[in-house]
Amino acid sequence: MTALLEIADYRLAFDTFDGTAQVLDGIDLALEAGGTLGIVGETGCGKSVLARSLMALNPMPPARVVSGQIRFRGSDMLAMSEREMRRLRGRAISMVFQDPASYLNPLLAIGTQMEDAIRGQDAAVGDRQRPRAAARARAAELLAAVGLPEPARLLDSHPHQLSGGMRQRVLIAMALAGDPVLLVADEPTTALDVTVQAQVLALIARLVADRGLALMLITHDLGVVAAACARVAVMYAGTVVEEAPTADLLSRPLHPYARGLIAAVPDLDHPERRPQGIAGSIPSLITPPQGCRFHPRCPIATERCRSEKPLRREILPGRSIACHHAAP
Amino acid sequence: MSAAAEETVAAPPRRRLRLALWLLGRSFSSMLGLFLVTVIVLLALIGPWIVPYPDHVAGAVNLANKLQPPSAAHWLGTDEVGNDILTRVIIGARISLLVGIGITFAAAAIGVPLGILAGLAGGRLREAIMRFTDLFLSVPGLVLAIALVAALGPGIVNAMIALILVWWPGYVRLAESKALSIREEPFIEAARVAGASRARILRRHVLPNSLSPLIVKMSMDIGQAILAVASLGFIGLGAKPPTPEWGAMISIARGYLPDWWWYAMAPGVFIYLAVLGFNLLGDGLRDILDPRSNRG
Amino acid sequence: MLGYLLRRIGLAGLMLFGLVCLTFVISNVAPSDPAALAAGPDAGRSQIEQARRDYGLDKPLPEQFLRYLTDLAHGDFGRSIATGRPVGTDLARYFPATLELVILAMALGVLLGVPLGVLSALRKDGPADHATRIFAVSGIALPPFWFGLLLQLAFATWLGLLPTSGRLSVFTEPPDPITGLLLVDSLLHGNTALFREALSHIILPAIVLSLPCLASILRVNRSEMVEALRMDYVTAARAHGVTPWRIVMVHALKNAMLPTLAMIGLRWGWMMSSTVLVETVFDWPGIGLYAVSSAIAGDFKPVLGVTLIVGLNFMIANLVVDLLYGVLDPRLRRA
Repeated sequence: MTALLEIADYRLAFDTFDGTAQVLDGIDLALEAGGTLGIVGETGCGKSVLARSLMALNPMPPARVVSGQIRFRGSDMLAMSEREMRRLRGRAISMVFQDPASYLNPLLAIGTQMEDAIRGQDAAVGDRQRPRAAARARAAELLAAVGLPEPARLLDSHPHQLSGGMRQRVLIAMALAGDPVLLVADEPTTALDVTVQAQVLALIARLVADRGLALMLITHDLGVVAAACARVAVMYAGTVVEEAPTADLLSRPLHPYARGLIAAVPDLDHPERRPQGIAGSIPSLITPPQGCRFHPRCPIATERCRSEKPLRREILPGRSIACHHAAP
Repeated sequence: MSAAAEETVAAPPRRRLRLALWLLGRSFSSMLGLFLVTVIVLLALIGPWIVPYPDHVAGAVNLANKLQPPSAAHWLGTDEVGNDILTRVIIGARISLLVGIGITFAAAAIGVPLGILAGLAGGRLREAIMRFTDLFLSVPGLVLAIALVAALGPGIVNAMIALILVWWPGYVRLAESKALSIREEPFIEAARVAGASRARILRRHVLPNSLSPLIVKMSMDIGQAILAVASLGFIGLGAKPPTPEWGAMISIARGYLPDWWWYAMAPGVFIYLAVLGFNLLGDGLRDILDPRSNRG
Repeated sequence: MLGYLLRRIGLAGLMLFGLVCLTFVISNVAPSDPAALAAGPDAGRSQIEQARRDYGLDKPLPEQFLRYLTDLAHGDFGRSIATGRPVGTDLARYFPATLELVILAMALGVLLGVPLGVLSALRKDGPADHATRIFAVSGIALPPFWFGLLLQLAFATWLGLLPTSGRLSVFTEPPDPITGLLLVDSLLHGNTALFREALSHIILPAIVLSLPCLASILRVNRSEMVEALRMDYVTAARAHGVTPWRIVMVHALKNAMLPTLAMIGLRWGWMMSSTVLVETVFDWPGIGLYAVSSAIAGDFKPVLGVTLIVGLNFMIANLVVDLLYGVLDPRLRRA
């Protein structure tokens, strides 16, 4: 069976004044229908850019596809026109964003924004747009589905009248408007209060389970991945360095960067173990290190790492890493 | 204060300069503006030595030669007393540029210190300065200028005074908002905590950070001031003939329309190109120096 | 909302008081003798002294200011020397002509400026964007008085399509004033020939007056649209499948309209001010022409009257803009 989503050798560059930044450098990932994949990495590793690529939301220019394919149900999204992409956005693939405050229009009522999304999806597939009243009824249904009380009153309110958690729920409801099969969540809990984070995460997990959605969850927080994703891919400087079942990666990371990432998390069961940082900082993507992009910070780097770029290979069933040295 | 905090303010100056020049060079309209401003400034500087008829500047009378159409001897024709229009228009660049720059710098010289004072001092002093400024902003510029000239009496010097009085409040607003917003910046907080004096904060942080919008505004305002002086000249409240001021020339030329229409052309084109140049330059500079500000 | 409204009205009242102060200061601080100004340019010494007593100019300044205030409160702006009428009467007579011109010019500016700004933002950095940018800066740089002369030359003298000046031909009897706006009154009287004549007269001055306004509305709207289209909520709307038309014309434009509205308010005042030049060129019998001819004749009271009226207009325009802000932006409605 073919995967729902296949990303193959995807390279994306940003042309800037200082030069061309190779933001994504040969991404290979796949996601089955109903599968859940977490993408973790530091800020600036390209994970949000990757998420936006799935909906063709990166501004081009300055972004520019260098090579590769992103196949959704077998057809290459990178070759699609904007019109064809519009048929996918919201209906097949939906996105949940990081900061709910800035992703809702401050001047429009919640109802208006939701109705526009619902009716826009009618238009994208060439149907007549349903009447506003029908769209509104659907909007209220969606708000109820994400656990918001008093949907009717909520539809008449404006974003500034809502709390952060409510806004994120509204955005999740909007993402569900077109009954998508793939949900891309870009740091959906980062901007929220800690107590609300857990609720929103639980909501996403529940929706994914109830509706059989595939989920790609972008985060820098390993705890979030552990809670919601079966598999996880670790990104570093525009490359995927390790991909594995979440439990395996957390218990026994193989790539040196993944090991560093996990060592940096405070361990509540063993508070005497101080979290370890990774020495150095993320490299410039305009002049990335030769060979393995992680070698300047890698504790086990050798001469080979400086010259030869490691390809990601499967070293255990369902586990692959991009490292010359790490072994099972 | 720490060297590190200062570095964040001065952020690699050479790279910034290079970036600014790159952006400026890439924009056609900015380059056009720079070109026009350069030409006007050159004309103003060397005008008296390149004009074909230097004695026509003050207004020689040569009625036999009046109202000639453009010819080899008089490229833009002659005016109603036989003066070469090209000569007078080129000398007009000197007057307009001087007046435009004079008004803008005087307005900035009054407005910027007051604005910074208001922004840094806060409290009652700020209230007083800003309310006084608002007074002058309650009437749109040209009408206020006309009222002032009517009170002071017509003439180019009074027109300048009136326009300075109209223009300075804008600089108070600008400087005040910059000083106020900079006061809140974390690096100023840091500088304060580190024990930097007020004068030092002013010199090292407030002034450099206000400079970009100030340069942009002044570039735009020189253009607008040239236009305003010409406007007052045109309605008879500014420069008086035979001063070769562009607006006053058009005012006279208007009486010779439509038969001697070319008379009114040259001064109008010069006003237009001069104002266009300063506006395009200011616009381009804003895109580079101060990209987030509003334009209008 | 009510609180917001009251605060804005209070501010406007404060501005009005400031305006009155300003005009008082101008007439007193000027190096010329206010009594001489009041008596007119040809007055002899005894007439000046007479004026000084008549106008209470021999009294201390606070008392003079109080008198100035009470006069204004009664609609008394003084008397024009040139027309011999009270300035208030003159203003009432000339203002509708200016208002008609400004309304039409503003309509042109908004109806062309906003769509062109949107278009320019959508074609950012393309040839159409560069062309509108040059056009917009030109609109601000063109001296209106000279541009007016050019249009007169082209459309009236050479092409003979439109009249040169005035509100109506000198041979046409103006209609009984209802609103004072000829375009409206002619229609109310059912006189389409008169409407056409009024329209042909107003079109050139309205174009000249609207050009700088159109240009600045276009520029503000363009840059605000560019900004709005870059906002996260636009990205989200795209991701959620909102139609491109709706995104541009509602989601982005509504946000871009707030600063554009502020510019429209400013430009209303500026138009009332630059109408001085346009009316001079087109012999348009409005308050601008009245102010200029009075200023040249050294007749000071009418100039002050016009200053007050223009300032009042400016203030009202800003108040209206503030209120529209409150309607458009739900965040302001609180408190």
